Amino acid sequence: MAGMSSKRLQKELTKIQGTLPPGISLVSAPDLREWQMDIAILDNPIYPPSDHYRLRFQFSQSYPIEAPEVVFMAINSNPERKIPLHPHIYSNGIICLDLLDSQGWSPVHNVESICISIQSMLAGNTKAEREFDSIRLLWLDLGGLADC
Amino acid sequence: MDSDDEFNSVVSSDDLAGDADSSVGDFGADSDVDIEEDYQDDAAFETQEKDLRPKKKAYQVDFVVKSPEDIQREQDKHVADVATLLEQPHEATAILLRFTRWNKERLIEQYMDNQEEVLDKAGLGQDVRTSPPRIETVANFMCDICCEDAPGLESFAMKCGHRFCAGCYRQYLCQKIRAEGEAARIKCPGDGCNKIVDAKSLDLLLTSDLTDRYHELLMRTYVDDKDNLKWCPSPNCVYAIECGVKKRDLGKVVPTVDCACNHRFCFGCTLSDHQPCPCGLVKRWLKKCEDDSETANWISANTKECPKCNSTIEKNGGCNHMTCRKCRNEFCWICMGLWSEHGTSWYNCNRFEEKSGLDARDAQARSRQSLERYLHYYNRYANHEQSARLDKDIFHKTEKKMTLLQSSSGMSWIEVQFLEEASQALQHCRQILKWTYAFAYYLARNNQTEIFEDNQKDLEMAVENLSEMFEKPTDQLAGLKVEMMDKTTYCNRRRVILLDDTAQRLKSGGWEFNVELS
Repeated sequence: MAGMSSKRLQKELTKIQGTLPPGISLVSAPDLREWQMDIAILDNPIYPPSDHYRLRFQFSQSYPIEAPEVVFMAINSNPERKIPLHPHIYSNGIICLDLLDSQGWSPVHNVESICISIQSMLAGNTKAEREFDSIRLLWLDLGGLADC
Repeated sequence: MDSDDEFNSVVSSDDLAGDADSSVGDFGADSDVDIEEDYQDDAAFETQEKDLRPKKKAYQVDFVVKSPEDIQREQDKHVADVATLLEQPHEATAILLRFTRWNKERLIEQYMDNQEEVLDKAGLGQDVRTSPPRIETVANFMCDICCEDAPGLESFAMKCGHRFCAGCYRQYLCQKIRAEGEAARIKCPGDGCNKIVDAKSLDLLLTSDLTDRYHELLMRTYVDDKDNLKWCPSPNCVYAIECGVKKRDLGKVVPTVDCACNHRFCFGCTLSDHQPCPCGLVKRWLKKCEDDSETANWISANTKECPKCNSTIEKNGGCNHMTCRKCRNEFCWICMGLWSEHGTSWYNCNRFEEKSGLDARDAQARSRQSLERYLHYYNRYANHEQSARLDKDIFHKTEKKMTLLQSSSGMSWIEVQFLEEASQALQHCRQILKWTYAFAYYLARNNQTEIFEDNQKDLEMAVENLSEMFEKPTDQLAGLKVEMMDKTTYCNRRRVILLDDTAQRLKSGGWEFNVELS
């Protein structure tokens, strides 16, 4: 089983080290468990093309039968990476995308195609906000009173 | 020939026990309609053998307990019937039936209308019959999943042409079946491909341990897909119940069924038996008891709101001069009026006649009253629930008592059965009493409610009497046998009266509730 996962990742890595679509670049792939990729959005004013966003891929033994775990990472400096504002991305970097869920996943997908999907999900976005955070704001609204 | 519709009438029509149309395929097994007639019902002298069947009470519904074998057989029969009609092989028909959620009529109609479209939508290509699935070796093939391209690699593809190596295909199916519990709607691993992997392909690819699991899951989807079938929710129970009560009838009937594993539950919501309370009220009541709605009630009874910004405040000491932390509004806790109008009379509020203050106090009184009303019913409900939990202990004690009694009084096994019967009657009655309180909470005040409360009182008294007697020391029990049997019978009779009366009125829409029954 592990054989399938590593063989496939090995092949993907070779391909990724060659050419990648514009805006997508490999940051590191120290082993076949965790990779990091950077993506930039080229044609959406919400995300300036100079901003890059860091994606962390974690692969289980049963990849590619199972989807990898993909999240955005926040890095404070050198280089700075923010979590992009999007209604389907939590402030902790978790992404809500059907492709990454067992229902929407197909073993034919790969790291490159996931990057492209996330890139286009951001490129098509029109709302620079986090919908999920409205729940948190609601809690903050429930301020209290006290007697003097 | 919509068999489902034909069966609608069974529940709403009176006393049709077992008379259901024998022409209806699904219910052909009518003869084993399994209404477990309670022994106590026989004692009510109503069944004078006028008919072969005992008369059904208003609170009873028809149902059949189905074993896994029954379900498999039924499923196979449906598939065989439709297969001949559609002239499709068994596997393809099974997929088509699952696709239409076992609605034969709709499938046949759609199929006759547009065969190609149905086949396509169900994930079946057109020519399912021409070539059976097989594992092949294709020249110059590379598997898109594992990237393996060794010559002679075995691969598999369905009609959609998405070809993967047999190992990956197997692992994909294994993941779907074992980890995700899918069976009837496993799709081709290709991205965006909706073609469903049929049973024959699965059998070709799967190892035997997975085939068993697959067929078990397939059977589960059959029960899950059919509205008139439900699994018994009891842990480890393998049976399913067939009952014709429809969702829309749940406001008129409480379909309580008895599984062969002895678990009694409501077919409508699969919660434990909650007669006489209809599902809609049960849902409301449980929500009310569990969620924050009572916290909200407590808040309104014990707190006030800032008259300006409506923030909630609990006063736990201090002076009456309140300053809202949020909007900085200053007001008086007593009259809720503006503090600035108080002048210097700091602790002696003299503004009781102020209209706004009066309204605020009224609202608080109302919500206090509503909290008290809720607590009245809740305490009694919870009490019976606790007693029902203790029933488990009682039952174990009973067994011990029964053996003790056999050795101390020289009674035979059959002679001490009255204790078990008493214990069962207590358990059952307490369960019902518990739910009568949830029911009563939602009843509007009128004459019918009073009759209901009288019935409730009678049953409760009978139960408490029996319960008291039940806890007597073992040496006295033998002497109380006759009295205890009488009391058991009385309890059960009161139970039947209460349930019957409630169910009849429910059926005819005679109850008036203080909430929407949804």
